[in-house]
Amino acid sequence: MGFSATVGGTRHVFADLRQLLACATPFRSGDALAGVAAESAAQRVAAQRALADLPLAHFLTEAVVPYEADEVTRLILDSHDAAAFAPLAHLTVGGFRDWLLGEADSAALTTLAPGLTPEMVAALSKICRLQDLVAIAAKCRVVTRFRNTLGLPGTLSIRLQPNDPVDDPKGIAAQVLDGLLLGAGDAVIGVNPATDNVENLCRVLGLLDAVRDRYAIPTQSCVLAHVTTTLLAMQRGAPVDLVFQSIGGTQAVNESFGVSLSLLAEAHAAALALKRGTLGDNCMYFETGQGSALSADAHHGVDQQTLECRAYAVARRFRPLLVNSVVGFIGPEYLFDGKQITRAGLEDHMCGKLLGLPMGVDVCYTNHAEADQDDMDALLTLLGVAGVTYVMGVPGADDTMLAYQSTSFHDGLYVRAALGKTPAPEFLAWLERMGLADRTPDRLPMAVAGLL
Amino acid sequence: MSAPVLWRDLRRHTAARVGLGRVGNGLPTAAHLDFQEAHAQARDAVWSVLDVPALQAALGAEVVASAAPDRRTYLLRPDLGRRMAEGLSLAPRPGCFAIVVADGLCATGVQAQAPALAQALTSGLRAAGWDVAPPVIATQARVAIGDAIGAALGAAMVAVLIGERPGLSALDSMGIYLTHAPRPGRSDAERNCISNIRPGGLSVAEASAKLLWLVQAARDLGATGVALKDEQPVLPLLEDQPEGR
Repeated sequence: MGFSATVGGTRHVFADLRQLLACATPFRSGDALAGVAAESAAQRVAAQRALADLPLAHFLTEAVVPYEADEVTRLILDSHDAAAFAPLAHLTVGGFRDWLLGEADSAALTTLAPGLTPEMVAALSKICRLQDLVAIAAKCRVVTRFRNTLGLPGTLSIRLQPNDPVDDPKGIAAQVLDGLLLGAGDAVIGVNPATDNVENLCRVLGLLDAVRDRYAIPTQSCVLAHVTTTLLAMQRGAPVDLVFQSIGGTQAVNESFGVSLSLLAEAHAAALALKRGTLGDNCMYFETGQGSALSADAHHGVDQQTLECRAYAVARRFRPLLVNSVVGFIGPEYLFDGKQITRAGLEDHMCGKLLGLPMGVDVCYTNHAEADQDDMDALLTLLGVAGVTYVMGVPGADDTMLAYQSTSFHDGLYVRAALGKTPAPEFLAWLERMGLADRTPDRLPMAVAGLL
Repeated sequence: MSAPVLWRDLRRHTAARVGLGRVGNGLPTAAHLDFQEAHAQARDAVWSVLDVPALQAALGAEVVASAAPDRRTYLLRPDLGRRMAEGLSLAPRPGCFAIVVADGLCATGVQAQAPALAQALTSGLRAAGWDVAPPVIATQARVAIGDAIGAALGAAMVAVLIGERPGLSALDSMGIYLTHAPRPGRSDAERNCISNIRPGGLSVAEASAKLLWLVQAARDLGATGVALKDEQPVLPLLEDQPEGR
């Protein structure tokens, strides 16, 4: 089945849903690299018009990646909640946008989430301006719990990211302390390991858990190793709060990451069995990013933003505590500059939220992208207004292990103050008990100085 | 080392930007400008250009360009950086060991360190009985251009010495990628990597020794990549790259 629209007297024809979605996507370098981007501005807006007229129900009848060939497509279609979708079944994509900006409220969006597919929200995002991406996301409420409560209205949480180039315990501990002194760490204290092996993983997990336990910090820790390494660590009795994994939107990209839905289910079950959460049992942490499927040659001719949304279908299957896009990390061949990174970050956040995910964003860039701190300030502020669940906190915005720039602990303080946000309530109470809620003392509190 | 008493004492324990102080919720001016300076240097490093004549004089090397005509295209089209420009050819030297010196994402570290490393490798490999081809300099090049160059030479193995993406605290880092039986289409899982070669990281002598060990192991195994298990304790292999980003 084809689609068409006329712009400026020229009729533009799109062979299938895959091409329609790709051509409707605001320009980004990764779609040009994949050869799926619109060939002109006129073709792009024609695709957007045709997409706006498409009934949402059509997305239940035409898959962008074949059902038979892809377990992510099967997950999306087999788990679709028709009852949740029913109230919107009569709408087009354009009508969906109008409803979201108009009468939709938080309660309706929470009920609706299981009725939405990734491709529906991807289509929606393609006909949204930045302010639409912000305004719609701001209506979504997604609350998750492990040892604290994330996503409550008026809160903005921070992942404390104390990465060290050689996983040196003192280097990690000094960064954890720096972050705690600056109010970060309520989303998770999460280390990207320099070396992904089980001995190292157990060592770093032990360090983080000892710190958390000693100071009774109401948060969770994670070492972002491969899921198979984390499974081994759990078998050895290591203190695993959250299971981490990078995921993508096709079976093939997940294979390139060395994972499948069944492997993720096995890890989820193992983490649930540990029962380490005190307030809730959301115990998975996923990262995604536009361009990962193309990077793995696993994109099936689908645009990178639609594939990113399909990764969220994988994530929501496992009721995660945290999900974030690493939007500026994948590289300039996918998102070239600050403009493309900004739009993609807001798209990822809104689409994840509509699908019911506790969505954070790694507001970040690499040194070969055309971006700088000004771009990060703008995206961080926009995401704060959009109600982002969490962002990263890296000392001085400089990750010395991964060699990229993310948001700093100071940035977290800035955005909370500028928008009147607070940390998760349990963590805020801890900061108050430690005398860290409003200021950073020059002299370290004796209790935390003992970390080093 | 005594326990930290002041916030800024945390800097004793890490190269990360801890203990920076705080003005309101922002960075003090000096810390802010330190960051801007580091980023400026990293940006300039990405756009740095190999001084090919100087490198050629030091290495006695052939020069090939990739199919990416300029830096912007190089950044946008990784596929072009993996191929040689149209019309280039190299004299075949079947069974040789090929050394490629490539700019990658930063030329400055390669410019400074590649001559000494190529020299150390060449003498080490010759001592191990290899026919070592003169190094090939490749501009606007990605790692996989070694597959094209190695195939053109008929090389048994290729080592690509290439500039790594600059970070704020490591501007001048070089990596080496070793590929057995190079030919276009090899995947990254079929290579072994030594990274972080720079002053303050892995030295040229350490890197050379590690590569010579890997070459011998690859020759015994008849393969590089995930099949070639690292039995040297601190050598990073591709399979050990961190997950998550």
